Amino acid sequence: MNRIIESFARARREGRGHLTIYVTAGDPSLETTAALVSELAAAGVDLVELGIPFSDPLADGPVIQAASQRALERGCTVQGVLQCVARIRETCDLPIAFMTCYNPVLQMGPETFAREARAVGADGVLLTDLPPAEAGGWCDLLAANDLGAIFLVAPSSTPERVELATRLSTGFVYCVSRPGVTGTRDQLPPELADLVQRIRAKTDRPIAVGFGIAKADHVREVCRIADGAIVGSAMVKVIADSPDASTAVERATAFARELAAGKTRS
Amino acid sequence: MAAVKKGYFGRYGGQYVPEMLAPALDELEAAYETYKHDPAFREELEFYYREYVGRPTGLTFCPRFSDHCNGARIYLKREDLCHTGSHKLNNCIGQALLARRMRKPRMIAETGAGQHGVATATVAALFGMECVVYMGEIDTVRQALNVFRMKLLGAKVEPVLSGTKTLKDAINEAIRDWIANVGDTYYLFGSVAGPHPYPTIVADFQSVVGREARAQCLEKEGRLPTKVVACVGGGSNAMGLFKGFLSDPDVELIGVEGGGRGLGGDDHAASLCAGTYGVLHGAASYILQDDDGQIKGTHSISAGLDYPGVGPEHAYLKDTGRATYTLATDDEALEAFLRLSEWEGIIPALESAHAVAWALTHKDELTSDDVVIINLSGRGDKDAEEARRVLEGRL
Repeated sequence: MNRIIESFARARREGRGHLTIYVTAGDPSLETTAALVSELAAAGVDLVELGIPFSDPLADGPVIQAASQRALERGCTVQGVLQCVARIRETCDLPIAFMTCYNPVLQMGPETFAREARAVGADGVLLTDLPPAEAGGWCDLLAANDLGAIFLVAPSSTPERVELATRLSTGFVYCVSRPGVTGTRDQLPPELADLVQRIRAKTDRPIAVGFGIAKADHVREVCRIADGAIVGSAMVKVIADSPDASTAVERATAFARELAAGKTRS
Repeated sequence: MAAVKKGYFGRYGGQYVPEMLAPALDELEAAYETYKHDPAFREELEFYYREYVGRPTGLTFCPRFSDHCNGARIYLKREDLCHTGSHKLNNCIGQALLARRMRKPRMIAETGAGQHGVATATVAALFGMECVVYMGEIDTVRQALNVFRMKLLGAKVEPVLSGTKTLKDAINEAIRDWIANVGDTYYLFGSVAGPHPYPTIVADFQSVVGREARAQCLEKEGRLPTKVVACVGGGSNAMGLFKGFLSDPDVELIGVEGGGRGLGGDDHAASLCAGTYGVLHGAASYILQDDDGQIKGTHSISAGLDYPGVGPEHAYLKDTGRATYTLATDDEALEAFLRLSEWEGIIPALESAHAVAWALTHKDELTSDDVVIINLSGRGDKDAEEARRVLEGRL
């Protein structure tokens, strides 16, 4: 069974929420990324979203943009990120999904990318600028390589688009909590529960909520209404603000542990 | 991998955008479909073209310039005489009329040279809409006068500090703003690039250039031109001109890209001449990228051509062979900038100077049988400062 699907199933069985952590691969270095991901499993993280940096990410706010730019300046490549996952898999079984834009995948060749992603042990892919209407062939490639497809559903998505995205999301449905690009917020939007309900009405597949989820209280709130929470920018910022690589791993792991406390549905 | 779907020109185009924007593009497409053949809409558009933009613009014969081009008859399509100084206002008026019908009170735009930003700020003022223009920080410096013009027109100018701090990053930032404010905001995109339906909408509103030029040429010469030439950044002035002649197979369509310091290194903006298939800013087209699919920085003396992508329909016209794309270097464009000023008393925008340069560098291939229309897409006032810096000592 695909590790992503299994991780959500386990969370449901155990009556708790599911926690996904996003990190930008290669920031500050691929070695650090590998070390960090291996630590996150023990910190209560259920899934890692590994950002493959792209020069022009449309859906990202300043924090993740800057992380991508730093990673690229330090020579992070698609092949480098794939090898990083291979290295992680030597010691760690935590589910990993790639998150990136379409163009880097297109240049490698979607077929090659899907095959290599599978070969190194990844479990799913989200291409933020490849909406369902453009993704027919892509979904077939993911299925052929037992990779979970992940698509976004946003507050602005029409019922038809919610339907299409949920049907294609074989990994989980990524619910965007609010209008806007990635980035932290103090509070969750009041309409979020309605949006999750709209998606739930269409699918039994796992629903995880991201964008603006920055602290344990947010995770707790989200896990009451959806299967899980996704924390990105807040984690990337913790890493960016650390003075060196080993401190980054330490602080990020501690932050993940703090966030994981929000998974309980008590 | 995508099958043939709406918004494609061959394998180019499409809608590669985050889900947050897809409904907004659907809404825009629906509005455009509703109004594109609506007589009241077209009448209003014609009204503003005539009373506000100053259309039709002239087709000016250039006797002295022609003498230097082997006797070919060289005409300029005078988009430099449009209000605000370039062809950009044609599109802005059209989209602003759409935005009004869609009841969007807020308008955003990207700009490179500042021409599209000024044109957007102008229509926002005309129709009393809030306006924010994103502009790469580097461009705000080299086009400082246009920044001031936009502010004068009541727009807010947001300098963009991310990435290469030029047009492509301004587009990124405008798209991010749109993602956050999709309900009340109209994104007035300035070129025939970007996700569907922008390439189609912008080409439609710019096609007036080619329609007029065709009729004017028939009137003045009694025949069609042999060649029409335009500069290509994103490609809106070129597409506007080409649209008038697409169905005339004997009229050669020539697009001229920003060749910067030449194709030897990365210091150019020639996406069609030197780029490869990829996806940028919501559409598949020719783009300048490295082996890993990262977008390359570009260079052109003209901020309006300084863009690593190009409209998908141009990519299609290149592949089908209907249009030919070449480049002019910074130096060739500057030379043309000087010559046109000196010989005809017309100072071209540095963007348009690339199209003018084509005639000078290809004059040996021209004969007295040739009738050439060059799209003078903008006037050079905005470039006076930059040109003075570069040409210091030569005059």
